[in-house]
Amino acid sequence: MKLIEKMIRCSINGITLDVEAGTTILQAAKKVGVDVPTLCHLDLHDIGIANQSANCRVCLVEDEKRHQLVPACAEKVVEGMAVQTDSLKAVMARRTSLELLLSNHPQDCLTCIKNLDCELQTLAHDMNIKEIHYPGEKMNHPLDLTSKGISKDSNKCIMCRRCITMCDEVQTVGILSPLKRGFDVVVATAFHLDMDQTSCTYCGQCVSVCPTAALAEMNDTPKVWRALNHPEKHVVVQIAPAVRVALAEEFGFPPGEISTGKIVAALKRLRFDTVVDTNFGADLTVIEEAHELVDRMENGGRLPMLTSCCPAWVQFIEHQFPELLDVPSSCKSPQQMVGTLIKSYYAEKRAIDPKKIVSVSVMPCLAKKAEAARDEFHQNGLRDVDYVITTRELARMIKEAAIDFKTLQEQPFDELLSDSTGAAAIFGTTGGVLEAAARTAYEMMTGKELKEVDFTAIRGLEGVREATIPMGERSLRIGIAHELGNARKLLEAIRDGKSHFDLIEIMACPGGCIGGGGQPYHHGRLDVIKARQEALYRLDATLPKRKSHQNEEVIQLYDVFLEKPGSHKAHQLLHTTYSAKTRI
Amino acid sequence: MNDLKAYLEKRDALRAKTVPRLTLFCCGGTSCLSSASDVIIELLRGKVEAHGLEADIDVKQVGCLRLCGEGPLIFVEPDDITYVQVQVEDVDDIFTQHILNKQTVERLLVTEPDGSWVSSYREMPFYKTQHRIALRNCGEIDPRDIGAYIARDGYHALALCLLEQTPEQVIETIKQSGLRGRGGGGFPTGLKWAYTAAVKSEEKYVICNADEGDPGAFMDRSIIEGDPHSLVEAMTIAAYAIGAKQGYIYIRAEYAISIEPLKLALDKAREHGFLGDNIFGTTFCFDIDIKLGAGAFVCGEETALIRSMEGHRGEPDKKPPFPSESGFRDKPTSVNNVETFVNVPAIILNGAAWFASYGTEKSKGTKVFALAGNIKNIGLVEVPMGTTFNEIIYEIGGGHPEGKEIKGVQIGGPSGGVITRDYFDTPIDYDSLTAIGAMMGSGGMIVMDEDTDMVEIAKFYLDFTQEESCGKCTPCRIGTKRLFEILERLTSMQGEPSDLDKLETLARNIQAASLCGLGQSAPNPVLSTMKYFREEYEAYAYRTKKTKYTIDPKKCIGCTKCARVCPVACIRGVVREVHIVEEAECIACGACYDACPVDAVLRP
Repeated sequence: MKLIEKMIRCSINGITLDVEAGTTILQAAKKVGVDVPTLCHLDLHDIGIANQSANCRVCLVEDEKRHQLVPACAEKVVEGMAVQTDSLKAVMARRTSLELLLSNHPQDCLTCIKNLDCELQTLAHDMNIKEIHYPGEKMNHPLDLTSKGISKDSNKCIMCRRCITMCDEVQTVGILSPLKRGFDVVVATAFHLDMDQTSCTYCGQCVSVCPTAALAEMNDTPKVWRALNHPEKHVVVQIAPAVRVALAEEFGFPPGEISTGKIVAALKRLRFDTVVDTNFGADLTVIEEAHELVDRMENGGRLPMLTSCCPAWVQFIEHQFPELLDVPSSCKSPQQMVGTLIKSYYAEKRAIDPKKIVSVSVMPCLAKKAEAARDEFHQNGLRDVDYVITTRELARMIKEAAIDFKTLQEQPFDELLSDSTGAAAIFGTTGGVLEAAARTAYEMMTGKELKEVDFTAIRGLEGVREATIPMGERSLRIGIAHELGNARKLLEAIRDGKSHFDLIEIMACPGGCIGGGGQPYHHGRLDVIKARQEALYRLDATLPKRKSHQNEEVIQLYDVFLEKPGSHKAHQLLHTTYSAKTRI
Repeated sequence: MNDLKAYLEKRDALRAKTVPRLTLFCCGGTSCLSSASDVIIELLRGKVEAHGLEADIDVKQVGCLRLCGEGPLIFVEPDDITYVQVQVEDVDDIFTQHILNKQTVERLLVTEPDGSWVSSYREMPFYKTQHRIALRNCGEIDPRDIGAYIARDGYHALALCLLEQTPEQVIETIKQSGLRGRGGGGFPTGLKWAYTAAVKSEEKYVICNADEGDPGAFMDRSIIEGDPHSLVEAMTIAAYAIGAKQGYIYIRAEYAISIEPLKLALDKAREHGFLGDNIFGTTFCFDIDIKLGAGAFVCGEETALIRSMEGHRGEPDKKPPFPSESGFRDKPTSVNNVETFVNVPAIILNGAAWFASYGTEKSKGTKVFALAGNIKNIGLVEVPMGTTFNEIIYEIGGGHPEGKEIKGVQIGGPSGGVITRDYFDTPIDYDSLTAIGAMMGSGGMIVMDEDTDMVEIAKFYLDFTQEESCGKCTPCRIGTKRLFEILERLTSMQGEPSDLDKLETLARNIQAASLCGLGQSAPNPVLSTMKYFREEYEAYAYRTKKTKYTIDPKKCIGCTKCARVCPVACIRGVVREVHIVEEAECIACGACYDACPVDAVLRP
């Protein structure tokens, strides 16, 4: 029986209200329609992520009884508390804090990558800051552009520490921490190492929550523009499952808008020669992965098997659990499978010299940039994927080209590498890869048709989920984790021999790829991620084929090119290896 | 020792030991050690040994003898002779003349301005007016000798608490005594213990905050160096009162000289059963470890201290929750300062009423101050709460060394404020200081004379706080930097009149908006100097301040001495004619001022 918590009576700006114990002043104020500005605060309540360091001092309000300013975001309401959010003292203190932050900021807003998408800028506007009374020395740290995924400009950092909360507490990677004291404090890697020298997974969750442009994606659009304008290059582009349910947000559509056709149209307008679908690669991954799983299960191979679609997660296991490198599936990710096929199968079919092909992918992810650049992923000296741009970067290119996204007529993908099923669509959400695999594995193992394809029990946003799926004589024990902190728990269990799963899916980002580091900024709104997730399941439900092995083009690909799942050629082209890396 | 009787027998046996003919109490405090008192002690001991006088003469290394400005100090008992500024070269004279020939070495006595000598510290106003509770054993015993501590009733209070009192009674006594935190905040100690005791938890901690960080403060260091067992005993009593099994002393690694006697004290206490399992035969078990800090000022703030102890970056957390509820390792924790702790055994032995008989209505007992700056007697001063600044500065401190006018006193270090002459008759206690815009702080007291530039003083403290800010919250990280920049602008004659308003507004907002005590108090030096010495700020802001040296033509005799010492050769003039300073070239070094035989050079 749940005890009924005693309610706490307080007042906000003279309005009396009763709230549950543990409510913050910010939450209480919202209940009575009082808005308090916040900056460092971040609360993704449903998935247990909160940054309540109370250090920006932009949300200060006055506790009338103590005559003290307290941070509304972190201070909990107590019985009889009387709060004034708009007293002169509070307003002045908030303005001073913000002015001080701005006095130490480059203020190059017009040319900043976060222009119009920056929380500091919005706040300065909302709080009507028109003058900075305390100008002075500004930070002067070098830019870190060493990694493939993340750019770091410490001069734009406001020390909100959201990135540290994400990297340390949520992802348990912990490469960022404050160094030095006083004005010289900087959020940095250990010993100021370059980002590419650390164990950064490039998951990009720090970028997702950074209120300014202190952490942003590496901008690869200039390279793509160059390729598009090159007279001899044939540019092929693939788009990931999660991109199609998020990109439209950048053009004023509500979260969860499915805009596949418009994206294809936009890419055509940008003069990409061919638009293919990463979802094709997803279906192919399922076939290869299911084959590998069945093989491992039937021949006493290493179990559990872990999915390997998420490059941040692959990076994580290589750095953090080098002793477990026999656990992940050897399958390449859908991006890399499609990339490989573009420069082999596609080139052959279309009779184009692979040297002339530029392979571009549009991903919700920053780690995909690093994945594409991995040593393993090339054939005959050619990269499988040449350039990776994020959902946000594609949106910027569309804007730059002055394409009116809203009025675009939808267009279908080009013919090759573009057929896909509902199983592929849900690759973009946590649980999706596993559900897709289960649909195929069931039929492979039992030889029977799966009638109920919706594995609703394993859907959702809970950090770790597990289930047992009956598969004829035996059953498939599955585990799902998103966020690397949750992955760590599963990996520790595997290392300690306490895991009894057959198949585990891990995605690094909250919600999976829909919450990826390259997606339109959610600004702390979890409902945005939920809407994207719902859209993927909606997409799955509307497709005529919902099992990867029903993908006609995949079947044909095996027939004419790869022979059969797990064949020598399939292994050569679609599988990869992992290597232990130092943990820093 | 499982009962009181055994303890008392042991104590009395130690007291009955024969006293040697002469005991030389040689100061082993850090500042005397830095003037080679350790070498002096070694040499003296060597001579005593060489003459086979070990039974007769005891050369004792004790803790701080308090008149640090005159160190190294040696008190010779029972001859009642006090030697000051003893050098290594003086060892022969002390040994031959005093020890062997029983004659006082007069040149090592304190010399009065009239040329007369003061032979004993007991006659000096510096010592006469003090009243010691916290420093009761400091300088009296060898801190390495647990027997000496026991002979002076050491661990008696612990025995009484464990064997005859309940934890509630102990807390009640501390409450009744009116003891308040000596680290700066002045929170009632008994209440803090009661809060920590009231929280139910298997695991609780007692932490001693020995992270003394104010520039110019050395009270806690001296206590630890001179009387470490009092701290050990007090922490054990606190642990019994709140129900803790483990204690920690958080001390900055720079205090290396203090750490060694402290470690020894912990070992000895364990050997004697005053720490460890079943203390005094009871079920009570407690031990203490030392945690070394890296010396960040902010780690004196209790939540930052706890973070640092846990292995994190030393940064304050928001309160509530207070450490008494959720502190070290999220367990109830009582954090008390060194000086606070060492009062405890005295209170237990002499009673709450005795302690409360010292001090003012709301501030009981005594307070130790580190007296420094433009003052004759520099050193440690322990006086009852309620003593006035006048008494400390003029009676104990002996006023200005050259008789100049004293302009103000900075109390409470970088978190405190300046107190002007108008308030020198204020009885010093927590509340009276807060009322005049200062704070007790941990007890640093810097005396400033008429030549002191108060804007420079504010700048000095701001430079300290802005560097020591942990950088967590915006107002402290950027705000104190901006305050410092404005002050720098002013003092380099680049300021504007509008800077004064900016300083004040920004300072008030930093006070109100910062996350922890460091930031909230960082603007105090600016605000208090602005309040009392606004004209000095205005002189800078309106650029009317004279910054160069000049020569009074009426006084100048044309001796050329000033011109000869000027490092930038900016003084013009020929012999026996009036000299002038080329102000544009003057670097204000003051060499001419010191060189002039007729006081014709005028300071800026």
